[in-house]
Amino acid sequence: MNTLPDERGYFGRYGGEYIPEVLVPAFDELKRTYDSIKNDRSFWAEFKGLCRDYAGRPTPLYYAEKLSQHCGGTRIFLKREDLTHTGAHKINNALGQGLLARKIGKNRIIAETGAGQHGVATAAVCAMLGMECVIYMGEEDIRRQAPNVLRMKLMNAEVRPVTSGSKTLKDAINEAFRDWISNITTTHYLIGSAVGPNPYPMMVRDFQSIIGSEVKQQIIEKTGRLPDYIIACTGGGSNAIGIFYPFLDDKDVKLIGVEAAGRGVETGKHAATLFAGTPGVFHGAKSYLLQDSDGQIMETHSISAGLDYPGVGPEHSYLKDSGRASYVAETDKDVLAAFHLLCSIEGIIPALESAHAISYALKLAPKLAKDKTIVINLSGRGDKDMGIISEALGGNL
Amino acid sequence: MNSIDAIFTDKGRKTLIAYITVGYPSIESTLKAAPILAEAGCDLIELGIPFSDPLADGATIQNASFHALQNGVTVKTCLETAQKLSKQVKIPLVFMTYLNPIMHYGFDAFCKACSESGISGLIIPDLPPEEGIELEEAAHRYNIHIIYLLAPTSTEQRIVTVASHAGGFIYLVSVTGVTGARKDLPPDLKSFVSRVRKATDKPLCVGFGISTPEQAAEVLQIADGVIIGSKIVRLMEEDGSLSKVGTFIRDVRGVMNTSK
Ligand SMILES: Cc1ncc(COP(=O)(O)O)c(C=O)c1O
Repeated sequence: MNTLPDERGYFGRYGGEYIPEVLVPAFDELKRTYDSIKNDRSFWAEFKGLCRDYAGRPTPLYYAEKLSQHCGGTRIFLKREDLTHTGAHKINNALGQGLLARKIGKNRIIAETGAGQHGVATAAVCAMLGMECVIYMGEEDIRRQAPNVLRMKLMNAEVRPVTSGSKTLKDAINEAFRDWISNITTTHYLIGSAVGPNPYPMMVRDFQSIIGSEVKQQIIEKTGRLPDYIIACTGGGSNAIGIFYPFLDDKDVKLIGVEAAGRGVETGKHAATLFAGTPGVFHGAKSYLLQDSDGQIMETHSISAGLDYPGVGPEHSYLKDSGRASYVAETDKDVLAAFHLLCSIEGIIPALESAHAISYALKLAPKLAKDKTIVINLSGRGDKDMGIISEALGGNL
Repeated sequence: MNSIDAIFTDKGRKTLIAYITVGYPSIESTLKAAPILAEAGCDLIELGIPFSDPLADGATIQNASFHALQNGVTVKTCLETAQKLSKQVKIPLVFMTYLNPIMHYGFDAFCKACSESGISGLIIPDLPPEEGIELEEAAHRYNIHIIYLLAPTSTEQRIVTVASHAGGFIYLVSVTGVTGARKDLPPDLKSFVSRVRKATDKPLCVGFGISTPEQAAEVLQIADGVIIGSKIVRLMEEDGSLSKVGTFIRDVRGVMNTSK
């Protein structure tokens, strides 16, 4: 059984706690509290209850028959995280950390958001739990994911535009850290992916692994055995680790993370961190990252704001090096084609992030025998992306 | 002996430390500023190697780092700058930066290059001692101090841990916050400094937020040294001739000497 991270927060050589001194006591408190709830049945009962009654879990595992036929017959299943309340897997982690913050006794929540899905999930949970909520979002992302900004505001969150650097997800994380450094005693930073210093990668994974646990049961009910492939898009890596984790010891199940190749990895305008990056320390952990020859963090590009990030969770770096999971990258162009295909043949509008996983599956499935099965994590719905899609179509919708 | 230790041997003299970002507003101004700072009464200069994502820094140093990078400043530029400056000024020079550029350069290679460029210490806000073992070993080989930080939130146990690793002096972060000039000193500063004083004999220098000679004097009643960063960066921005920076440091030194 996988027992990582170790007590210092490392997954092999990745992870750790590279944090400013001011934050150390808050991390100690967070680790202590998380340790105390790890085997606390009442905490997990409340978490699971909210996942069910508030977020709408379990989400279905849908056999996408037409997509399967389109790809030559290999059976493709979609894990429908898009059907959760607020529209993406992000709600699982927001609920878990929201309950944890309440346990710690912190009533002010800050979070970063890229696509806006984590911001919306956090705003919802804060409204429901009666907590103050501040969301940092890059100016560029505010522009391209406008519907989500309105949703956050409707649920009483304050959305603070971030104008530094590339004005996207990484800069929103920087700004959230700065807020936290300044308000450490009152505030919990509800990080939205399996990134950051220990214990975040572990905590976020644990809350998100409800996805994989459900899949395991559902796929056996439907096919009588485990799947051959599990495919998930990978930005920071939370939906991917959430669906991978319960299968880590099932060595016959191949795990594939799909990163954003943007305009093509060779153009330098991409966000394929594991595929094209090198190890370093960023946002508090050692992991693969996109950096230049001087160790400066590079600007990234992806059509999907949620994958537009130069880092990745440390557990994925570990899984890559150990060979347990593999990581590929899909271009904006192919992702858009996959997006349109899913809309038109299945009647499902995926988030552009999730469409990366679809795009890779479209290439993989035709090469496989018909008796193979693929599970794709459909991490979120595409309502937020209508602006980008209409822009990509030149306004000709 | 490391040259940083030498400045703390004179117990009668309080230590004044200035921070500047290498390459901001320009490389020329960095080269010009260091001798002026030394002349005006600084005892040590922190040279900031700009990093793309300075998450412990406030607006002033974020902006300086951003523009320095735009100006094409690299780690190599910083090493070359240090080498030039170490020949011109007698006071110790240290680098302040984030971990990734150092890790990317390679710990051993970086420490070697530092020692060849006249750098005596490293301040790395995202490196707590628990993660610093490997870099400490490399730094030790080249007689370079790793200067660790403590914050008002640090517990007694934490103070002991950090003090046991600290080389040169301990950098006390005055506020629960990021870098940047502030109008007032935090009310709990005195009790914070005395908590650390009780636990260690190492020299204690206070930084973050200090922007006036009066604040510096107040800090020096309880600490061994004071560190001024954002204020200096702003003065260099305002006045390219650097006479404002020189005057400011002389004022601080003056107040330090009279309020002894
Ligand atoms: C629908 C959706 N999928 C995936 C992601 C990427 O995050 P992660 O890699 O943590 O799952 C996001 C992030 O915003 C998202 O909104």
